[in-house]
Amino acid sequence: MANSNNGVLGSLMAWVDERLPVTDFYKHHLSEYYAPKNFNFWYFFGSLAMLVLVNQLLSGIWLTMHYKPDATQAFQSVEYIMRDVPWGWLIRYMHSTGASAFFIVVYLHMFRGLMYGSYRKPRELVWLIGMVIYLVLMAEAFMGYVLPWGQMSYWGAQVIINLFGAIPVVGDDLTMWIRGDYLVSDATLNRFFALHVVAMPILLLGLVVIHLAALHTVGSNNPDGIEIKAKKDENGKPLDGIPFHPYYSVKDILGVAVFLIFFAGIIFYAPALGGLFLEHDNFVPANPLVTPIHIKPVWYFTPFYAILKAVPSKLGGVIAMGAAIVMLFLVPWLDRSPVKSIRYKGILSKIALAIFTVSFVTLGWLAMQAGSETQTLVARICTVLYFLFFLLMPIYTSIEKTKPVPERVTK
Amino acid sequence: MKKHIILSLLLWLPLAGMASEGGNLEHVRLNMDDQAALQRGAKLFVNYCLGCHSAAAMRYKRLTDLGLTQKEIEENLIFTGHKVGEPMVSSMDPQQAKSFFGKAPPDLSVIARSRGVDWLYTYLKSFYKDPSRPVGWNNAIFPNASMPNVLVALQGVQVAHKQEGEHGESISLELEKAGSRSPEEFDRDVKDLVSYLAYMAEPAQLLRKHYGPYVIGFLLFFTLMAYLLKKEYWRDVH
Repeated sequence: MANSNNGVLGSLMAWVDERLPVTDFYKHHLSEYYAPKNFNFWYFFGSLAMLVLVNQLLSGIWLTMHYKPDATQAFQSVEYIMRDVPWGWLIRYMHSTGASAFFIVVYLHMFRGLMYGSYRKPRELVWLIGMVIYLVLMAEAFMGYVLPWGQMSYWGAQVIINLFGAIPVVGDDLTMWIRGDYLVSDATLNRFFALHVVAMPILLLGLVVIHLAALHTVGSNNPDGIEIKAKKDENGKPLDGIPFHPYYSVKDILGVAVFLIFFAGIIFYAPALGGLFLEHDNFVPANPLVTPIHIKPVWYFTPFYAILKAVPSKLGGVIAMGAAIVMLFLVPWLDRSPVKSIRYKGILSKIALAIFTVSFVTLGWLAMQAGSETQTLVARICTVLYFLFFLLMPIYTSIEKTKPVPERVTK
Repeated sequence: MKKHIILSLLLWLPLAGMASEGGNLEHVRLNMDDQAALQRGAKLFVNYCLGCHSAAAMRYKRLTDLGLTQKEIEENLIFTGHKVGEPMVSSMDPQQAKSFFGKAPPDLSVIARSRGVDWLYTYLKSFYKDPSRPVGWNNAIFPNASMPNVLVALQGVQVAHKQEGEHGESISLELEKAGSRSPEEFDRDVKDLVSYLAYMAEPAQLLRKHYGPYVIGFLLFFTLMAYLLKKEYWRDVH
């Protein structure tokens, strides 16, 4: 950025800085934001989530230019975009692939946090705000999935909204209030469109700003889980810190490049990804009179859907599903380990995290299956394991023997 | 057990794929670069399907993708009195169709994306004579389908032999009366028709497969540049 006593540009910058702290902002968040120098592969997914968010916003804006939020026209208008709008197919696939990519990078981003204890003091709020972002993202994705108005859009919405009906006393009125009708209909489609393209994106953007503001206040964690601010040089700069720009901006560009190869690979060669990103049943227009044989959510909701189905009672299932997400909010206070990172935690934490990961993926897979008796049994076991990871965390993190944490970050 | 879990984790992508009725589907390998096959498929489609089914998302004009000129399309493929810029809408009145078949024939614009090409290929070959059905036909993989065998003149008449097996009833089909095409020729016709349906479900696939290598090629180059840039900057850190 221009120096204040440096020609015309410099004086222009000085003029602006007196009125708007542009240079301060740039220094605070980029050129003098010190990030630990030992970030590894797992630290790409924060910036990638930002990239995908921008992709969703831009492709989404262009989709709304041609999409019709009308129960009689929505399905056709998507096909119109796919065929008659110049490059419409690319915009649509960027958006549909972006939705799944968003969850992939966010799940990996969250897993990184769990691994390296990024939720621990003083980063509890960074984690909590991140969890709120995840919730809003789920609402955003669910409502977006309804818009193409295919069979899965319609029946998926029906099933998910009906979950609120399990709430005692107010349940039925609540579902009708959400739908705006006695069943999922044009009214539902219209309001979901409004929420998907206006309300939720504004919320998401605001939350991302707060997430970053909190992060830049406390500073980034790292794979060793030690505070780089504890060891500073004579100028007050962390010895193990490097300015985000240019070091991590160029590194993140490399991450973006590699990510885009996979992203473009899916868009150009397998946009439906065998029915996983765009489901076969959603190419049948919504029909309130014909219920599909298997109603299942898109892959990114399946672990929670499996927990819902694993519990024999409807209300119990809804409570379990809600609790599964609430657990993640509580992690900062469940972890009692003296160390943050999995690198220095004991064997129990490592086993627990591994079992949790396998259970989560298995649950996701199970929800996509027809559901035999064995599968239901496995789903129940995995559900229990999922909860045990959190509920036993205060115990296994405090009794296990941890390794000594180094003074300075390792390579 | 552990092996099974690992195996199922590895297999979860393809397993999550098709979920359609009917067990044993014949696998068909389509070649979207074979313009002649797609053109033959388009011809079969307008002759045998469009009488009852629409493909309202598909404009006739789009068939120029298959190497046809607008004039060729107008002269050889439009029998409904439509203009070349208009969508492929059947002349059959949906209300009437419902009274004929009990169910209005579905729009076929994206049928290959919802049913899958293997299902369509097997379905179109699996009609058999069944006097107990209202239209006189039944289908081995879609029992009690409302649709008659529109390709009977080409395929001939099949009859079904039902056997009780270990896994319930199984149906084997036998050609009772030959059609104008030999079984091999008919297989090719159905394959051409399914190729066309697959193309029609997503005409943009020709475009994306065309642009794909350029985009990926650029990104590989960009990745190399980004890598070198990163390496240069990070020299001070290491």
